[in-house]
This record gives sequence, C-alpha cells and structure tokens, in this order.
Amino acid sequence: MTPTRCDCAAPAPVRGPGFWTSGGWLLAALPAWFLIYLGLKPAADWLAFRALGLQAGSRLGEAVAFFAYDAPKVLMLLGLVVLGVTFVQTFVSPERTRDLLAKRTGAWSNLLAALLGIATPFCSCSAVPLFIGFVRVGVPLGATFSFLVSAPMVNEVSLFLLLSLFGWRIALIYTLTGVTIAFVSGWVIGRLRLEKHLEPWVLTVPFEASAGGKGPAGFAARMELALQGTRDIVGKVWPFVLAGIAVGAFLHGYAPAELLARFMGKSAWWSVPLAVLIGVPLYANAAGIIPIVQVLLAKGAALGTALAFMMAVTGLSLPETVILRKVLKPRLLAVFLGIVSVGIVLTGFLFNLLL
Amino acid sequence: MRIEVLGSGCAKCKLLAERAEEAAKGLGAEYTLVKVTEYPDIVARGVMSTPGLVVDGVVKSQGHVPTVAAIQALLR
Repeated sequence: MTPTRCDCAAPAPVRGPGFWTSGGWLLAALPAWFLIYLGLKPAADWLAFRALGLQAGSRLGEAVAFFAYDAPKVLMLLGLVVLGVTFVQTFVSPERTRDLLAKRTGAWSNLLAALLGIATPFCSCSAVPLFIGFVRVGVPLGATFSFLVSAPMVNEVSLFLLLSLFGWRIALIYTLTGVTIAFVSGWVIGRLRLEKHLEPWVLTVPFEASAGGKGPAGFAARMELALQGTRDIVGKVWPFVLAGIAVGAFLHGYAPAELLARFMGKSAWWSVPLAVLIGVPLYANAAGIIPIVQVLLAKGAALGTALAFMMAVTGLSLPETVILRKVLKPRLLAVFLGIVSVGIVLTGFLFNLLL
Repeated sequence: MRIEVLGSGCAKCKLLAERAEEAAKGLGAEYTLVKVTEYPDIVARGVMSTPGLVVDGVVKSQGHVPTVAAIQALLR
C-alpha cells in the first residue's frame, strides 16, 4: 500500500454548526443502521441465489454470496467504528500523552506508554517530530519506543473490527499481546541504554514544547471533526478493504478448505517467522489487513501465524523505518526492528502452542 | 499575515496548504504562504503532530486538516 498514507485525526480548535446539522442526525440514524445490518445476510443470499439465479452450494454462488454479504458488512462496521473512534480521539492528543509520560520512569513508564498508544491518534508521517517532542520533554527513550510500537499496531479500530468479525477472544488476545510486545520491547531498549545511538540533532536542535491548539468546543465541533476524519479514512481504505474481501470471496468459493493448513498451519513452525518476514516491510493499517486475516483463518492458517502476520504488517513497515532513520543511528534502528520482530515471532509461536 | 504549513510532504500536508490558500483568498487578506518541510524547522515551531498550521508565528492547529471555514476562523 502507499507509503505516505496518513490516517490521523486529532482535536481541532473549531467551533462547528448546530447539533443536528453537524452530526446529531447520525445518532438518530443508528437504529436504521442496525436494521440494514441485520438484513444484509438475507439480502445477499437473495441477490446471489434468486436475482442472479446461482446454485446454492456452487463455487460461483458461494463466492458471490460471500462478497455480497461481507463487503457491505465490513464497510458498515468500518464506518461506524471509525466514526466512534475519531469522535473519542478528539478528546486525546499526542501532546497530552507526552505530558502524561514526561515525568515517569522505569517499567511503569513503558506500560503506560504502551496503553496510551492504544488511544492516541498517530500517523507514521509525523513520527519524527513526535519522537523528538517525546524525548526532549524527558519521556524515557524506552517509553517512547513502547508508544511507537503500540500506537500503529493496537488501536480502537483494530480492537472493534476484530471484536465484530472474530469475537471477543481474538480481539482481546490481539490487543493484550500487542500491548505486551510494546511494553517489553520498549523496556528492553530502555535497559540497553542506547541514548548515544540517537542522531545528535535530536538532542541539540532548537526545540519548543507547545501545548498544541485549543481543544474543540462542544459536541458539534467534535462530531464535525469525527465526520471529516471518517470520510478521510474510509475514503482512503475502502478500495483495499474491497480488494481484500474480493480475494477472500474467491478463496471462499474456489479454494479447498484446508489450502493453507500445510503452509500456515500449526505443524509448519517456520510459517511464523516467514509471515513476520513478509509482513514487516509491508505497510497497511488494521482496517486494510483484517479482511485478509479473515480469509487466512478460514482457510486453515493457525491463529498465532495469522496474528503475527497482522502485527508485523501494522506494527513495523519499510516507510516508517526510513522515516525513523532520521532520528536513530543504524545500530539503534536495528535493535528496535530486531526486538519487535522477535517479540512478534515469539507471540505467534506461543499462540500456536496454546490454542 | 504569514501562513506556514508544517509537514514533511504527506497527502494531508498538501491538502492543508490548498485549504489554507483558499481560506486566505476568501478572506481577501494579504498573505504569504510558506511550506515548512524540514524536520528541524517543524520541531523548532513546537509542532509534534503534522500537518501543522502556524499563523504569524502562532501554532493554530496540528495533527489534522481543518475545513476551509475553520481555517478562516483561525486566520481572523
């Protein structure tokens, strides 16, 4: 996917129009959303097997029915989830997170950073100013890394999409392990005392810690910002989501059920490091990768392998590595990539063993 | 007035520059618009999340792209 993508939404010092015109109507539209959502399955079956006259149980019929059901379902879920999340995120900003972390030390700072990473809006295109902003106000280096790992990998979008598509167990596993990897890898980096491997300009460049813009005023302004953010994000990811579901629909109809069991099943131990190796350079956000994970799981991939792949894709990426090279010397960059990758591989092994 | 758009050149920064231009023209004010793309310059202005909007040296917004109407309110 495109390396310069930037899915951020943050507070705006904006006073918007009135309640109803700005987004209050959306609250009123919620019941309609649920009714349509409940009707998707029968509508998709009707379309595939009645309107198009395809045979139920046939390959083409099942593929079409899968796509006709899954595409609107995932897009509707995505719209609702992103709207809720961007609304909540108008209350959170990287500046506030930074100030919360500035006076902490020790393992506690890593845990707090990993947890705040879930809720704080973040995009990799502002990773450099954010990194410098954190380090210069005294956030420990390890805590800064805990945040950098957690923020793109675990967020409300991944949490709620996993919850609605795979159930609470997988959503919880993904979120907890993501936070754990962020916590541990940041803590290890902190213990290694690698401060001298920062590029010198990080600590010497003239720096000012601004408090950021004023917060948005009232429900209407927040809702307007959330709507705009939702349009931006959904407008950008829907082709990838549809492409993922189309691949999924094809596999659903045509691929034998155990196609991936041999390559990505529990017995193939090497599939975990391989999935991470493939996933690390790739960049996609949670919304784009989840439909693919859905197919992998349905076709016999082991849960640990699929989760490791998703974490590697969302948590680390080639564009982010190139960006971070501006503030990290090669040794520290390599340590960062190495520790996080190893953490993800171990997590994959662990879940393939346990589940 | 001096309008600065801070960001390393991602899609959102370009969008913010376009909207800031439109907003300033709509107000009929005299302005200069500068794109600040180098990280040290961005950091020196106290902006941590890009894209950032700075007007006459004051940070007006960061981390998102306000609407044209909202930018006009910030420019006034």
